[in-house]
Amino acid sequence: MDRPNAIEMRHIYKRFGSLVASDHVNFTLRQGEIHALLGENGAGKTTLMRILYGLYHADSGEIVVNGQAAEIKSPKDAIAVGIGMVTQHFALVPPLTVTENIILGYTDGFQINLNEAHRRVAEASDKFGIPVEPKALVKDLSVGQRQRVEILKALYRNANVLIMDEPTAVLVPQEVEQLFESLERLRRQGLSVIFISHKLNEVMTITDRVTVLRLGQNAGTVETQSTSPPELARMMVGRETFGVTKTAGKPSQGKIVLELAQVAALDNKGLPALKNITLQVRAGEILGLAGVSGNGQTELAQVLDGTRLVTAGQIKVLNHDITNVGPEKVMAAGVGRIPEDRHESVVAELSVAQNMALEHLDEFTRQGVLNKKTLLEHAKKLIAEYQIKASPGDKIRTLSGGNMQKVILARVLERNPQVIIVAQPTRGLDVGATEYVRGKLLEQRRKGAAILLISEDLDEILELADTIAVIYEGEIMDILPAAAAETERLGLLMSGVKADKVGA
Amino acid sequence: MIEATFVTFLVGLLGATLRVATPLLFATIGELYTERSGVLNLGIEGIMFLGAFVGFAIAAKSAEAELAGYLWLGLGGAIVVGLIMGLLMAFFSVTLGVNQHVAGLGITLLSTGLALFGFRMIFGQSSVLPSIEPFAQLSIFGDLPILGPIFEQYLLTYVAFIVLLPLAWWLLYRTNYGLELRSVGENPEAADAAGVNVFRVRYITLALGAALMAIGGAFLSLAQLGAFSPGIIAGRGWVCIALVIFAKWDPIRAMWGALLFGGVFALQLRLQLLDLVDIPFEFFLALPYLVTIAALALAGRNVAYPGAYLKAYRRE
Repeated sequence: MDRPNAIEMRHIYKRFGSLVASDHVNFTLRQGEIHALLGENGAGKTTLMRILYGLYHADSGEIVVNGQAAEIKSPKDAIAVGIGMVTQHFALVPPLTVTENIILGYTDGFQINLNEAHRRVAEASDKFGIPVEPKALVKDLSVGQRQRVEILKALYRNANVLIMDEPTAVLVPQEVEQLFESLERLRRQGLSVIFISHKLNEVMTITDRVTVLRLGQNAGTVETQSTSPPELARMMVGRETFGVTKTAGKPSQGKIVLELAQVAALDNKGLPALKNITLQVRAGEILGLAGVSGNGQTELAQVLDGTRLVTAGQIKVLNHDITNVGPEKVMAAGVGRIPEDRHESVVAELSVAQNMALEHLDEFTRQGVLNKKTLLEHAKKLIAEYQIKASPGDKIRTLSGGNMQKVILARVLERNPQVIIVAQPTRGLDVGATEYVRGKLLEQRRKGAAILLISEDLDEILELADTIAVIYEGEIMDILPAAAAETERLGLLMSGVKADKVGA
Repeated sequence: MIEATFVTFLVGLLGATLRVATPLLFATIGELYTERSGVLNLGIEGIMFLGAFVGFAIAAKSAEAELAGYLWLGLGGAIVVGLIMGLLMAFFSVTLGVNQHVAGLGITLLSTGLALFGFRMIFGQSSVLPSIEPFAQLSIFGDLPILGPIFEQYLLTYVAFIVLLPLAWWLLYRTNYGLELRSVGENPEAADAAGVNVFRVRYITLALGAALMAIGGAFLSLAQLGAFSPGIIAGRGWVCIALVIFAKWDPIRAMWGALLFGGVFALQLRLQLLDLVDIPFEFFLALPYLVTIAALALAGRNVAYPGAYLKAYRRE
């Protein structure tokens, strides 16, 4: 196993203002290994890799590539020493073709010979076993296809070290499988891969070694074969507890609270986004809506909270018709909403106390004048109850993602809504905050709320939902009890394979 | 008989259309390149004005000194001042990252002020506008029957349509620089990660773009008029901003836009001469601008702006 090291990062130190993002981190990548960089959000994984790729500059520390000290000041330098990176938000230019994206910044001469370029990209595609269509426009490609373009782009530049920043976050299970197969094959061809992730099972599946980062420090490097998910989890969070548990999954027999009948709606471009959606959510039930992003989830959430018009069908809460009545009446009917983009559901420049009162200001006013005292007391009460690390007067934009989400949660849940529409509730949150949010949702379920959980995180849905509906291109593919939902089956449904073909 | 008059009218109109469209084409291509890199340069009106002035002033002084190529010296001067203004805009919008609307309008105010001040300094206040002997029109196919007058054009008009336009297309879609330019304007993060120097591409593009705007302005003073006056640009820079959107940031469509404006402009000049009763000539003057607005309203809806339009790029 004693191969020379592809990369050595020594004592890398980087601070942003008062935050030390990388605290004298050592990291070693062997040639021809897949090495996971594991840690919670904000643990410094991405920072470390951005330093390696020249997007950030370390305050101190050194980088050694193939035994030689390397000065990496920009991605160009990184590319020159054979390092490629596939970032979370793909670094592609959508209106350009696949070929143009791949050769961008890596061409010789002034004029581009397009035919020659197409040919070379096709050649590379064959050589590395990564299928792409050279002449296709990137904007027409699926997320999985775009990722392949990114990988090929790095390999085209003769990368022998590939950094992948949470590559599976955007993929359906089948695409993940394909990706892993490709990486495995490339590894055999001699490629070294750094695989940034916070998903334990993936790390266990694909990697040779794991380095865990916690709070900007290296919490240890272990051989994957000789470790276990609980051990990695402990290294990540510094404690053993992990995950929340749902009280056993007997299907809810509560009355139907939220009901959608043949609902249709258009997206912002005027194209059909929702087609014939029929769903029922019972009291004390969490209905998980699974799907790859952009298949109508956003529009469905908007239709339900009254911010998007329904073009056909009916929405009822406890037999009251709330179709197209507008957000105010929807809320009055007992619907609480925790929207997808938490920055859009708060006003960044207003204080925590003001944001907490935002959805029902009338309760805090006397003759149209805000009563600061009740506002403040209300905020103090919620801050204590929801363990929010902030004071009432703080501007909301200064809060971390987790605390901001708690503010929104507090605002919605204190009113004991009968229906809760919650979208991507834990996106971008660390393990602690995620656990808290999920715990709160389960608590509401126990109290008898009907919860529609829209999430792109399949693990989250499997963990919380009683019933799972899968949405694909604005249609519900299937609805099944959580107990009967296997990852593979959900993955097929999420990629549009109809229910009757799944069983075969 | 009537037919012959009509043909003459049409031929004259086409010839004039090309002439009027020339400065617009230069400046529109300049603005189009600038915007493709992700920067809106509202300095265009002022840069055209300054280009017209500097070109004229240098040409007039060189003519006084009896230098042979005085017009070319003037044109060269306009190009240099355009480059400088482009670099200044780049300094504000790329290096400092200030609001592009404010920076651009600032450049227009500065350039306009400089030109008016310089004009007063050099030519004083006289009742007669100073003038020079402008570029002559070439008549390449002058002896062609009927259609001959269409080809009686300035060299710069030929340059605009036969050299600049294909070159602009080729540069944008078939060269390394063009690819970098398009990606810098769409997704600078991606371009940066791919090893493209975003700042350098934007600096070069803004300088080149402003030089083209200055040439557009200088065409008016050095070719079309042989004089300089405070009202010489008359909002043509703002028209170019609209034409870029009309063109959806494509050089060939930009040509059609410039020809449309040029056509209506040439037509209204002729309509004024017809002496139609009861319609004030100001109405005709306004016509090209109205048509520009109408064309923009029809063609400019739902257009896809460059992804990084108006955004300064910062590496975190």
